[in-house]
Amino acid sequence: MADVFPFAAIVGQDEMKLALLIAAADRSIGGVMVFGDRGTGKSTAVRALASLLPAMRVIANCRYHCDPKAPAPDCLDGCGKKGSTAKRTLRAIDIPVPVVDLPLGATEDRVVGALDLERALTRGEKGFEPGLLARAHRGFLYIDEVNLLEDHLVDLLLDVAVSGENIVEREGLSVRHPARFVLVGSGNPEEGELRPQLLDRFGLSVEVRTPQDLAQRVEVLRRRDAFERNPAQFNKSWAKKNAQTGALIAAARDRLDAIKVPDAMLELMSRLCMKMGADGLRGELTLMRAARAAAALEGATSVTPAQIKKVAPLALRHRLRRNPLDESGSTARVERAVSEVLGA
Amino acid sequence: MNGAAMAQTTQAGSRWDDALLAAQLFAVDPAGLGGIALRAGPSPIRDLWLDALRGILAPGAPLRRMPCGIADDRLLGGIDLAQTLKAGGTIVQNGLLAQADGGIVLIAMAERLSAQTAARLAAVLDQREVRVEREGISRCLPATIGIVAFDEGADPDEQLPAALAERLAFHLDFDGFGVRGLKADLSAAALQGARARLGHVLPAADEILEALVSAASYFGIQSLVAPMLALRAARAAAALAGRDYITAEDVQLAARLVLAPRALVNPEPEEAEAAPEPNASPQEPPPANNDSQPDSEMLEDLVLAAVRAALPPGLLDTLKKSAGDRSPPSRRKGTGAMQATLSRGRPAGVRMGPMRSGARLALVETLRAAAPWQRLRQAANKNGVRRVEIRPEDFRIKTFAIPRESTIIFCVDASGSSAFHRLAEAKGAVELLLGEAYAARTYAALIAFRGAGSDMLLPPSRSLARAKALLSMLPGGGGTPLAAGIDAAILTAVAERAKGRSPLIVFLTDGQANIARGGQAGRTAAFAEAMAAAAGMAMQRLAGIFVDTAQRPREEGAKLARAMGARYLALPYAQAGAMRDVIRAAMP
Repeated sequence: MADVFPFAAIVGQDEMKLALLIAAADRSIGGVMVFGDRGTGKSTAVRALASLLPAMRVIANCRYHCDPKAPAPDCLDGCGKKGSTAKRTLRAIDIPVPVVDLPLGATEDRVVGALDLERALTRGEKGFEPGLLARAHRGFLYIDEVNLLEDHLVDLLLDVAVSGENIVEREGLSVRHPARFVLVGSGNPEEGELRPQLLDRFGLSVEVRTPQDLAQRVEVLRRRDAFERNPAQFNKSWAKKNAQTGALIAAARDRLDAIKVPDAMLELMSRLCMKMGADGLRGELTLMRAARAAAALEGATSVTPAQIKKVAPLALRHRLRRNPLDESGSTARVERAVSEVLGA
Repeated sequence: MNGAAMAQTTQAGSRWDDALLAAQLFAVDPAGLGGIALRAGPSPIRDLWLDALRGILAPGAPLRRMPCGIADDRLLGGIDLAQTLKAGGTIVQNGLLAQADGGIVLIAMAERLSAQTAARLAAVLDQREVRVEREGISRCLPATIGIVAFDEGADPDEQLPAALAERLAFHLDFDGFGVRGLKADLSAAALQGARARLGHVLPAADEILEALVSAASYFGIQSLVAPMLALRAARAAAALAGRDYITAEDVQLAARLVLAPRALVNPEPEEAEAAPEPNASPQEPPPANNDSQPDSEMLEDLVLAAVRAALPPGLLDTLKKSAGDRSPPSRRKGTGAMQATLSRGRPAGVRMGPMRSGARLALVETLRAAAPWQRLRQAANKNGVRRVEIRPEDFRIKTFAIPRESTIIFCVDASGSSAFHRLAEAKGAVELLLGEAYAARTYAALIAFRGAGSDMLLPPSRSLARAKALLSMLPGGGGTPLAAGIDAAILTAVAERAKGRSPLIVFLTDGQANIARGGQAGRTAAFAEAMAAAAGMAMQRLAGIFVDTAQRPREEGAKLARAMGARYLALPYAQAGAMRDVIRAAMP
């Protein structure tokens, strides 16, 4: 495994970092789509996320990452079975939260899982070999270059991401297992636009651009260079900052349920969505959750207009109706509406 | 020898020196520099260069040739069927990328690489490992590689996929080179020493980082990948020169080799020194301060001068052509067309079926289908030889979907007073269509005709971002060279058809031609020529829609439409939305 560039050392790109932190704090946000120029550290940020996340407890040797507190009753590895024979194997261990990379060229059998070929050929047994969806359960699934992925795979992933369950019906197998993960996609608009119906299935969307500020650009280069020269040392020098960010996520998760969303704020968010004609419930719900998670990350106790302003572009920009004669991009449109509704 | 010829030879000589220098730097740090894109057809000079490179690579480093149409199981890895059946357990065969670990991948005809393959290569360059999740295999193998891509594109539009080109440090061009008098004797021993020294080169001073970053910005290079590659090139140059610190010359050399070919703009220098500085070549030391750290102003100027001196001669033409477009010419290609062939296209799953010619067997799926029956079949097999029994009913074949792509070519009359309105609505329709384009697999192009001829404002493209950028400036006014417009549309449509897409031409005009092909004014002649061009379109059997934008439609529009075999539609205000609906309905 190659060394991973530390999350805290990423220069600028505050919006992207915020979106990923929100998704880590509130996993129900519905995934993040990062769209933007090449070489802006999209995949670096996502891959760096893994080291920030607090460890998760799973049952040892369960390939479906069963939670020891609530093992899936029909877990294929038998975690949920009652009785003494199963009990003694249930040992809980801590593992890092999976951030599973879906590489280009992945085939459907490896994504959803398939008949275990080796077992079938050598022992004549019919067994299920779980795929990447099982591996990503309770973690993150990352797809780089979403727009180059085969359409049927994208549809399948979105389906599972929404339903939280992977159902396999192939080769005489009939298997289902839980697969709840945060879907993170990234892509480059130069390679072609993303289908709009695909885009609005993601909870948050981020547009990344190459930093324009000279000092920032130099800093990117300097850190990248330092990392490449000695990854271990670089990681060590950033370990403290990285750990702080990790603690932030853990604290935000604990605090999330206690965050108040005053009625006035709910009304504000509804008005904002109406103003932009962003499609109904989903936009509003995501906006609310994102604002709440942002408040939790800031250590606030209730949602304020400041947080709504901060997350509105993330939650809404990909839900706007396209207006081709409006030259301004969707980000500018969201910002305009925000300043009209919330006041400058 | 006259002066001009001599200058040419000198120039070719220094370009050849640069090509050799690039090869040496690349050989010092192949994975760090990503690779070399070399624009040259098969030629003795290319062979000479490649031999030189081969001679200085690390001993024992693999050099693998990759065909540009390589399939995933060979590129990334797959099941070795023969071994698997023999052993009775899964035996994996590594792909070319894993096999080339620590060495070089050589790609001929790299301009034909699909966006898919380019993205796989880019991922391996970034991560230095290849992740395989296919056909029941799940593994991650080291793949630290450098790439040499021969770009043999004949016309300027055929180029390396941008995702790959960006990650290759050096972009060389052997156009107009003769092999005569060129020598390539590079020392393998020196390279060996340089490779050993590379890790010990001291970190670059801040002035160097600043100089590279600001030079990149100055020449319009947005991405930060370019200055990063330039920095690594400078480090390799230091190691090559036997030093453990980077000097101003290293930085100049790196800027010239890495940044200059990527330059998008050439701003006028502030002082009146427009002529390239002759002493910007690396052989000559920069004035005065060789050992002391150069101060940053000075270094910046040196780097800018080095890049400017090495700017490709055709840069200005390219810039003019893509006025308003901030993306480099290499991005002109977009995603690339998918060819309709028997065995290629996007994989669309696997189904049961007989092995007919042309069908491709899905090995793993076939084995999976056969696996549950092995006990029964082996029990029935009396001769005692243990092997995997595959029956015809187990065969699973791969299916490929060839996406039906279409190109909508807007041919817009930009003459007269209503030009702006027509163009704005056409632009709106282009953006509406491209907004849905990913689902519909639509490309859009926009040709405007006015004055003496026609302009391709938007070459066929699927990118809304690009369309927006290109269409932000629209010219208007002047006469109506309708025939020229129709000709241009036909040419584009035929070219698109050759790429396997179905073209649809949409004309937006009032049909009042008044400029003939030769540029002379005159209604009668111009209309006759337009009618002839329209008949040409019918002969090519091209689908079309004729949107008559005249306030009071006259007969000319309908006549032209009939001659083209196109649908006629009177739409005085040519609203973008209405147009989109008509086009959607007419799309093949």
